[in-house]
Amino acid sequence: MSQSVRFWWSGRAGVAALLLVAGISGCSGGGGARAEQRRPVGDTAVTAAPPAPSGPRATIPAEASAPEDGQWTRPARDYASTRYSALDQINAGNVAELRVAATFSTGVLRGQEAAPIVVNNTMYVITPFPNFVYALDLTQPGLPVKWTYKPKPMAAAQGVACCDVVNRGVVYADGKIILNTLDNHTIAVDAVTGHELWRTRVGDINLGESLTMAPLVVKDKVLVGNSGGEFGVRGWLTALDLNTGKLAWRAWGTGPDKDVLIGPRFHPFYAKDRGTDLGVSSWPGDMWKIGGAGAWGWISYDPALNLVYYGTSNPGPWNPAQRPGDNKWSITLFARDPETGEAVWAYQITPHDLHDYDGINESILLDVPWHGQTRHVLLRPERNGYLYMIDRGTGEVLYANPFGYINSTTGVDLRTGRLQYAADKEPELGKVVRDICPAAPGVKDWQPSSFSPRTGYLYIPHQNLCMDVESVEASYVAGTPFVGMNVKMKAGPGGHRGELTAWDPVAGKPAWVIKEDLPVWSGTVATGGDLVFYGTMDGWFKAIDARSGRELWRFKTGSGIIGQPVTYRGPDGKQYVAVLSGVGGWSGGIVAGDLDARDSSAALGFVNAMKDLRARSTKGGTLYVFALP
Amino acid sequence: MTARTLRGVLALAAAAAALACQRETRRFRESPPAATSETAVAMSELVPGPKTRDLPIRNPYERNAYAVSEGERLFNAYNCSGCHSHGGGGIGPALMDDQWIYGSDPENIFSTIVEGRPNGMPTFRGKIPNYQVWQIVAYVRSLSGLLPKDIAPARDDHMVAGPEPQRTEALRPKHAFTPSAADHP
Repeated sequence: MSQSVRFWWSGRAGVAALLLVAGISGCSGGGGARAEQRRPVGDTAVTAAPPAPSGPRATIPAEASAPEDGQWTRPARDYASTRYSALDQINAGNVAELRVAATFSTGVLRGQEAAPIVVNNTMYVITPFPNFVYALDLTQPGLPVKWTYKPKPMAAAQGVACCDVVNRGVVYADGKIILNTLDNHTIAVDAVTGHELWRTRVGDINLGESLTMAPLVVKDKVLVGNSGGEFGVRGWLTALDLNTGKLAWRAWGTGPDKDVLIGPRFHPFYAKDRGTDLGVSSWPGDMWKIGGAGAWGWISYDPALNLVYYGTSNPGPWNPAQRPGDNKWSITLFARDPETGEAVWAYQITPHDLHDYDGINESILLDVPWHGQTRHVLLRPERNGYLYMIDRGTGEVLYANPFGYINSTTGVDLRTGRLQYAADKEPELGKVVRDICPAAPGVKDWQPSSFSPRTGYLYIPHQNLCMDVESVEASYVAGTPFVGMNVKMKAGPGGHRGELTAWDPVAGKPAWVIKEDLPVWSGTVATGGDLVFYGTMDGWFKAIDARSGRELWRFKTGSGIIGQPVTYRGPDGKQYVAVLSGVGGWSGGIVAGDLDARDSSAALGFVNAMKDLRARSTKGGTLYVFALP
Repeated sequence: MTARTLRGVLALAAAAAALACQRETRRFRESPPAATSETAVAMSELVPGPKTRDLPIRNPYERNAYAVSEGERLFNAYNCSGCHSHGGGGIGPALMDDQWIYGSDPENIFSTIVEGRPNGMPTFRGKIPNYQVWQIVAYVRSLSGLLPKDIAPARDDHMVAGPEPQRTEALRPKHAFTPSAADHP
């Protein structure tokens, strides 16, 4: 498979030549990828960007990093959510030798979005519904099962999972494995024996709620948030006591300040986010009670500031005409005290959402040289297409630059913090609005990025999709979808549907971009061997050079990859790389759910963009572990 | 023209009118096959012992274009489309293909809507009047071309998502009773 790399300095002729090549081989399939330099939207300057920055670069704050013990105890690995491991046995010089060391069938054929967790020479894998947890013994050949835990969630919960019955991983803390089930139970099991220690029901499927996110443990609190932005839920983030499972606090995503845990400590940076009970007054009538704003994504933690960071989901319904107002606190980044849940600051990223641009993506905590000083920031590749660099102490947006093609908005006003909408892309009742970019899953959905302190780059897996929409009246029937939008997605400019962008946080723009034919719906992992691993929806697991983006190795797994790769040191001292293969999720629903491709609106319109997937991947559920010979 | 021929023409015209009436009729009082009990619906193809004779349940709405268009409207209003889209599926399975997990006969579909099914299909018992359920049943069957072409809905008023039921290829239903919770929501 040919692969070409171009950088800014190669000039316009080079880019044109590359586009020509891309055009010729555009639909060649087989997971073909091309790396090329890419200009951010609206940036007309052609500037030089060396393959690896030699100047000042972003670093991981020490207090939020994880010890280099070869383990992987939570999906994001460290509290800064870098998904970086310093392990360097596998590197550019030898990765071509990488081969399968072990496989394991999860026994479930739905989308495998979880990260395998590695702690104390044991690997913990959670499946999609029915959420089996396997403990695999890494000390024995073939990774035999030490125990299996079956939480037996209600089968009916499958009816309130908007986008496949996925689960994004378990977390290890204090001798326990903590898991979420689709039917709204958070459960702690003994990591050694697999015995259930406690089980707490935190939500109700009859309100449209479900759990798909990976919990995060901070001190003695288990943080859990609900899914259901497509079911008119009232969103929340909840803390449970790690030892008992008892509810410690709940911060609602909508409603009066006392419910949102907004009190005297609350100091938003921007005037637009200040006021009393905005979670009620920014909605018509009682719509806030069914207004979404769940917390189904990623949580980061800064121990120095003692703040957790997470974003809330889209407001419900999708049809914006049914909810005039800013719809707070949907699509809002919150900084909260993990012990009390109190909000310390908030920034509504996308007010009055028009296109389902959930704000649940990961916040990567970094220290970045910026205008002569080191700023303590978080980086958020947002679904709305902008990469936000935000001061994690105050909520000030330092920049918000596009990392993909956008025409639904024109930018972010850094003075007011407000997203600027393009009027011609606003949905209108009964009218078809065409070519809205990005589409509903955004430039990037849940699939998490990684960061390497060695290159200073952020490795962002994402989509390149646009859509046509027609808004229709949504009726609220508890426990059923609350959407009100007919959607048809399609490939964005260039015709490719996925990208992996290496983002330079200091320069505030991409260093290079790999184009993938299919959406890149897997996570990425960055290693001390200067490699980045990711998977494609047709099953290729790839290693690329973290500095240049050049592909160094690939392996075809049994099904499409939408999981989160990890790397760890085994009991034998060798470095391993592991990933789950098994297509599904929102993007892979056409395969996992046997959907009919003749209906473009199937799976909320995603099927229209994925009609070829059935020919390129079948269902699966297999763990692959790779090692050098 | 002889009187005999005239009588024949008149009879033909009357028959045509009667048929057309059924296709177009709008009832003020609904009397759908609610009298037939949905509890008699079999969920298995395997019948032990000698074959018993099944009396097929007829859904008169399948001969009435207005009722089927009402079924389409209700399919959206009750959020069926939220999970099944315009027949292609999403959260729930596709309804325009030839795979029927819980049966394709009108009484099977009626029962699926009213009783719910274990892997995510909610029960609408007591939420939707029976005659509306039968209208929805007729529309659901039109999605895979099981209704006559002159009854099935034609182009709808919304963004074109797929082939309209009137032009959908008629697919011979295949019963796929697949109980696996993990495989079929």
